[in-house]
Amino acid sequence: MIQIKDLHKSYHMGTNSLHVLKGINFNVKEGEMVSIMGSSGSGKSTLLNILGILDEADSGSYILDGVPIKNLNEKVAANYRNKFLGFIFQSFNLINYKTALDNVAMPLYYQGVKRQERIEKAEHYLEKVGLAEWSHHLPNELSGGQKQRVAIARALASDPKVLLADEPTGALDSKTSQEVMELIQGINDEGKTILMVTHEHDIAQMTKRIVHIKDGLIIDDNPVEQVRASLYV
Amino acid sequence: MFSRDRWDEILEALNANKFRTLLTAFGVFWGITILVLLLALTNGLKHGVMADFGNFATNSMFMWTQGTSKPYKGLPKGRNFNYKLDDVEAIKSEIPNIKYVSPRNQLGGFRGNNNVIRGTKTGAFEIYGDYPEFIKQQPLDILQGRFISYSDINDKRKICVVGTGVIKGLYDKNEDALGTYIKINGVNFMVVGTFKMSNSQGDKEQDANTIYIPFTTFGQAFNRGDNVGWMAVTAVDDVPITSIKQKIFDLMKFRHKIDPTDDRAIGHFDLSEQFARVNGLFTILSIVGYFVGSLVLMSGIIGISNIMLIVVKERTKEIGIRRALGATPWVVKSQILQESLILTILSGMVGISFSALVIWILNYLLDMNGPVDNFANPSVSMGVVFTALIILVVSGLLAGLIPANSATKMKPVDALRIE
Repeated sequence: MIQIKDLHKSYHMGTNSLHVLKGINFNVKEGEMVSIMGSSGSGKSTLLNILGILDEADSGSYILDGVPIKNLNEKVAANYRNKFLGFIFQSFNLINYKTALDNVAMPLYYQGVKRQERIEKAEHYLEKVGLAEWSHHLPNELSGGQKQRVAIARALASDPKVLLADEPTGALDSKTSQEVMELIQGINDEGKTILMVTHEHDIAQMTKRIVHIKDGLIIDDNPVEQVRASLYV
Repeated sequence: MFSRDRWDEILEALNANKFRTLLTAFGVFWGITILVLLLALTNGLKHGVMADFGNFATNSMFMWTQGTSKPYKGLPKGRNFNYKLDDVEAIKSEIPNIKYVSPRNQLGGFRGNNNVIRGTKTGAFEIYGDYPEFIKQQPLDILQGRFISYSDINDKRKICVVGTGVIKGLYDKNEDALGTYIKINGVNFMVVGTFKMSNSQGDKEQDANTIYIPFTTFGQAFNRGDNVGWMAVTAVDDVPITSIKQKIFDLMKFRHKIDPTDDRAIGHFDLSEQFARVNGLFTILSIVGYFVGSLVLMSGIIGISNIMLIVVKERTKEIGIRRALGATPWVVKSQILQESLILTILSGMVGISFSALVIWILNYLLDMNGPVDNFANPSVSMGVVFTALIILVVSGLLAGLIPANSATKMKPVDALRIE
């Protein structure tokens, strides 16, 4: 699903340049659930942004579902993001003047899906995350866990190939975290490929494979015995 | 482009901060109101001043004789001469592009002596000897009967057409004037028509105290022979009288043995030149109106642009999220553009409606309180409204352009990082 070869990325700030990714090689197969771990500044978020086509690598190749991601203009990049990827952010990133339903329907809106069909699909995904009766609430009327579940529904709405989660439990307490992880595991069980950045070990243990990044290089890449989140709940 | 979803998006965004939206809209509202009002007031002034021209055919001039100022062909200077009826024929036949030539004679005038008698009533009126064409140069509303005809001219009939002021002065209330006789300077004339000035604003009273009689009758009855007091000459519509008047003067000078360089022998008043001058003045006033109004409008538009920039800045993160979810830069840009466009057009429409209301009130007050000097019927044409709308659309797009560009300038990853 994802093939990365010799990926380099550096940031330039004035005269200083910061070499963040120093040659990452990394493959993800369909249906995998991978967590990327590393201390802050290790380059894990940069890697996730490049995977999410929000940022572009300086050199190296990135092939997503057989499509080379290289030198895309913004329009194509936006289409790929919409078609291939679903994002889950640490701070949820819901649009606060739109209801939960409208938030979930948004990727479908950008896909050009008709209004009625959009609402039906969005309702379906809200139901899937257990928030059907909250569909007409604004984000600020929801708890943190509920917000993240709306965000997950939104990420699923366009039926993407890969879910990218950036510290999805970073802003949640441990009980809510486990609930959210249970939901994410359920989505993975249905066959969705999931990549997750985290620095919490217990969360990482709930995935199937852990990749450690340090100073812009992968130092460790091992499958793990998945811990089911439902055990904690 | 304008689907229902788009509308919802835009209205949601505008509704998110109602007070700010309102304040922003006020700038454009005010600008367009001032633009439209300025043009309406200019128009009112124009209508008022134009009314002073009456509705005399504007492509006209009046010419009269003044006595020569140079000796010529053995004739001395200071010689008086008169136009004759042949001159009228000569002008008609020898000068191209002439529409009407009316020779005229006048008796009585401003504060003249009593010159008209009917039974025991007397009055001082202006008596004009005229040709039937004159009514085409100076339109009159014939209330009863008719104006002078060519058979009156040919038969030198003693008939007259009288103004409403004459009726008021010489007749009792509800008395029918048609067919009655009035005595002008001792000569009896039968009244065959009554008139009032159509659309007169200036000298209402003078106009109404006027009596028209056939030119030929005038010459015979009051000892003028075929002398012509002065002439009203109108050129065809697309040839300005100003361009052919010199030919007429030359012809007159030739026929009356006047030195061709003697400019003082013939006096004239060029209505079309005056009209063009006044028209030019108002064209300039309109341009000034557009200019000033547009500048005021522009400050409103800069206000919108400014606010949209702030809105874009505030929504940087939202825009980042939308782009992560698959919004193309064009979608983001067009939404910002449409927001500013709708804000501009809506507030502009309200401005146009408001100024229409003000104009209506002005007209109502003018109607209630009678005419005001040099000001009448302030109004704007649909053309102005459309121009204003076009200005609004263009400026709405301009106002949105810079903010829209700045909205997509940032990379999505940077936009998402902003808190």
